[in-house]
Amino acid sequence: MVTQQAHITVGDIPMAVNAREEINKLCAKDVQPLLELKNITKQYPGVTALQDIQLTVMPGEVHILFGENGAGKSTLISTIAGVQHPTEGQILFKGEPTILNSVHEARGLGISAVFQEFSLVPQLTVAQNIFLGAEDQNYGILDHRENNRKAKEILDRLGFELVPESKVEYLGRAEHQMIEIAKAFRSDLSILILDEPTASLTDRETNRLFKLVNQLREKGVGIIYITHRMSEIKKIGDRITVLRDGKYITTVNAKESSEDQLLTLMTGRVIDKVFPTVKFNPQGLVLEVRNLSTTDGSLKNVSIDVREGEIVGLAGLVGSGKSELLRSCFGLHNVSEGCVMFNGENVTGFGPKKMLDRGFFYNPPDRKNEGLAMIRNCRENITLPSLDREDLSSGPFLKRYKELILAKSLATKLQLHPMNIEREVEHFSGGNQQKVLLAKCLTRNVKLYVFDEPTVGVDVGTRTEIYQFIAALCEAGAAVVIISSDLPEIIHLSNRAYVMYRGELKKELHENDITEQNLLKNFFEREEEQ
Amino acid sequence: MNSITKTQQETRKIFYWFKVTFVRLGVLPFLLVLAIAIFTFLSDNFLTGRNMMNVLRQSSYLMLVAMGQMFALLTGGFDLSVGTIVAITSVVGATVMASIYSVYPESVMLAISIGIIAGVAAGITIGFVNGLGVSIFNVNPFMMTLGMSSVGFGIALYMTGGTPVYGMPAEFSDIFGFGQLLSIPSPIWVCFLSIIVLTILANWTRTGRYFYAVGGNLKAAQLSGINTRKVLMFAYVISGAAAAVCGILLTARLDTGEANIGSNFPLESIAACVIAGVSLRGGAGRIENVVLGALFISLITNGMNLARIESYLQTVVIGSLLIIAVIADQVRLKVMANLQD
Repeated sequence: MVTQQAHITVGDIPMAVNAREEINKLCAKDVQPLLELKNITKQYPGVTALQDIQLTVMPGEVHILFGENGAGKSTLISTIAGVQHPTEGQILFKGEPTILNSVHEARGLGISAVFQEFSLVPQLTVAQNIFLGAEDQNYGILDHRENNRKAKEILDRLGFELVPESKVEYLGRAEHQMIEIAKAFRSDLSILILDEPTASLTDRETNRLFKLVNQLREKGVGIIYITHRMSEIKKIGDRITVLRDGKYITTVNAKESSEDQLLTLMTGRVIDKVFPTVKFNPQGLVLEVRNLSTTDGSLKNVSIDVREGEIVGLAGLVGSGKSELLRSCFGLHNVSEGCVMFNGENVTGFGPKKMLDRGFFYNPPDRKNEGLAMIRNCRENITLPSLDREDLSSGPFLKRYKELILAKSLATKLQLHPMNIEREVEHFSGGNQQKVLLAKCLTRNVKLYVFDEPTVGVDVGTRTEIYQFIAALCEAGAAVVIISSDLPEIIHLSNRAYVMYRGELKKELHENDITEQNLLKNFFEREEEQ
Repeated sequence: MNSITKTQQETRKIFYWFKVTFVRLGVLPFLLVLAIAIFTFLSDNFLTGRNMMNVLRQSSYLMLVAMGQMFALLTGGFDLSVGTIVAITSVVGATVMASIYSVYPESVMLAISIGIIAGVAAGITIGFVNGLGVSIFNVNPFMMTLGMSSVGFGIALYMTGGTPVYGMPAEFSDIFGFGQLLSIPSPIWVCFLSIIVLTILANWTRTGRYFYAVGGNLKAAQLSGINTRKVLMFAYVISGAAAAVCGILLTARLDTGEANIGSNFPLESIAACVIAGVSLRGGAGRIENVVLGALFISLITNGMNLARIESYLQTVVIGSLLIIAVIADQVRLKVMANLQD
């Protein structure tokens, strides 16, 4: 089977202002839409996931789907991509009523989706994954060279620096995301669905992606784009469809709608502001890291301080060592040189158990892989780090009633929804899973909280709650470190910030100096020098 | 018209109730009831007090091994060496008991207790080595326990030269093999005690909770300050200990130390666990269901014997039932997901 490809060349194309105007013209002229969804309803036994959804995608349009976690965005795009079938309603593709029975059929029409959940085979190479199911063959024998060549072509066009022959299992999350995107580009496209594609890309890769999106737009491809980031909506969005609780709310023009308006539409209530104002009151030193290096080379000679009553931000690119720094302090990486002092005690090389006992809590970035036992219920997950607390167990035996009360009170405090702590974590939405993860650190007496990417894949409503939660911890006198790829988080929450670059500490910024410009300058500076 | 909708509503209600019980209890109780009904129909001797006691006694050996197996499965591993543990416990226990008895013929109880301790210690040692390999050296549990099963079997054969070990005091067999208390056979008592101890361990202790956490997400357990190596190690020690207790009881029943017993246990114990809904990926499983699973397998075997079903065909039936049970459990998970939404 020979794969057809949309031929696009990389070149500098001005931001698609023209394209936007064209769309307005197109809409005005009543041009045939690429895709039209009419009254789409999807029911599961006992629950209505989607109700009377309307969506029109014009050729050359970037249509943003906007809504909280669990609003039905993912269900909607999976019906468009042929993964699920609507219970009621009609899908018109280029004006023709269409029933999409499978992903394969959708692909055949040129509808490709890049989902949040990766569907890669770790044991295969990059090229093998890109062409999985559409391999080039010579009389039934795989043509590896041809596949690798074509994969290279696609990756070059996308500007992703990946080697087609490398195995997927040795690559990181950002690279996985790139491969997923590359997969969608292997055949002729008429509609491209991107579900939070930039969640784990660096700014440079994100810009590349946007350039590509603009090129596709010029070619008349319709793009459905899901994101929680306001800046992206402003940058590439043409129209925005807002969903709430599985219902269609409205469709607005991206240019004409403000951030506040969108938030109000999305949540159905007025959110004054996303970031709280934190009252910092820096006191004694809690954590001192001196000249720390790790055996795997992810950190080189790094020194930082963290005080009580302040929030310290750690910024940097993927692989800059921003996460590794605190993970080594928590005993997850082997330290080769330097030392870690916690409350005046030398704790270099101590493991998680010892660090927890001393009041150091590390909240991992990846809920599924490191944070929660997904098949166990909320109660067990919440109390797991603190079962050795005196009031939760006597000798080897658990006091299960006390445990229940503790878990329940924390779940109530964090407004878990639905409020059922005996339910398995995997059945909750992303934002609520994050709340369970956060509840874990409230079960112990903690002096230093470390939050590694605390709001990945979390909607703005829950995000605000999480920020308030973190602010409250700081104001109560605890030391907080936020490790984040989301710059606004660092800018608005921290009173000091460190920028990491290739395993080294690049810059320390104070209060008013923490601006996007200052942070970004230190992300890239040396690369520009080279 | 009205009455039709009423009956419809009622059937819907019954159907819903059925779904909820199915989700709550799993497929096992239904299979058990079905099996009892079929075998009662096929054989008059099946549903008698004597035969039921017989089934219970026979199943207590498998129950013990399967409960131990559950802990290995909970952590996301396996224990394929349970058969060997039964064998080596039998051989070591019998040899030690017989030699002490031959030197001090009058101290019967001393010989019995030291023999039991030696046998159980040998079994636990194998479990300990399994745990060491899995937790410290990161050997895949499948390979580790398979390897140890070969090692242990070899040692048992080497010790005995392949012949049964005789010469244990008659009291040993009288008490632990054929003894009764309140007209209930002693293996059932031992098994009953083990069920209580292991249920408490799994549900009411910190260590028990840690088994589920480690199997549910090893990384998360580590970050929550749990010594995952210790937990993994302990799982295999429990599995070894449970199999060792079974080995002692079987030795008493046979009145000889045998290197050749227990070869069916690895498969049957895993089967009992899986029928009982223990996840092969770790993190989910309940003792009381595993007990029912082991009972189910023994019940089927006993019923087919009474119904004079040929032994070759019996293995076909058991294999098929195992697969059907697993499919039914998958259906259950789907129904459960639907009900929860």
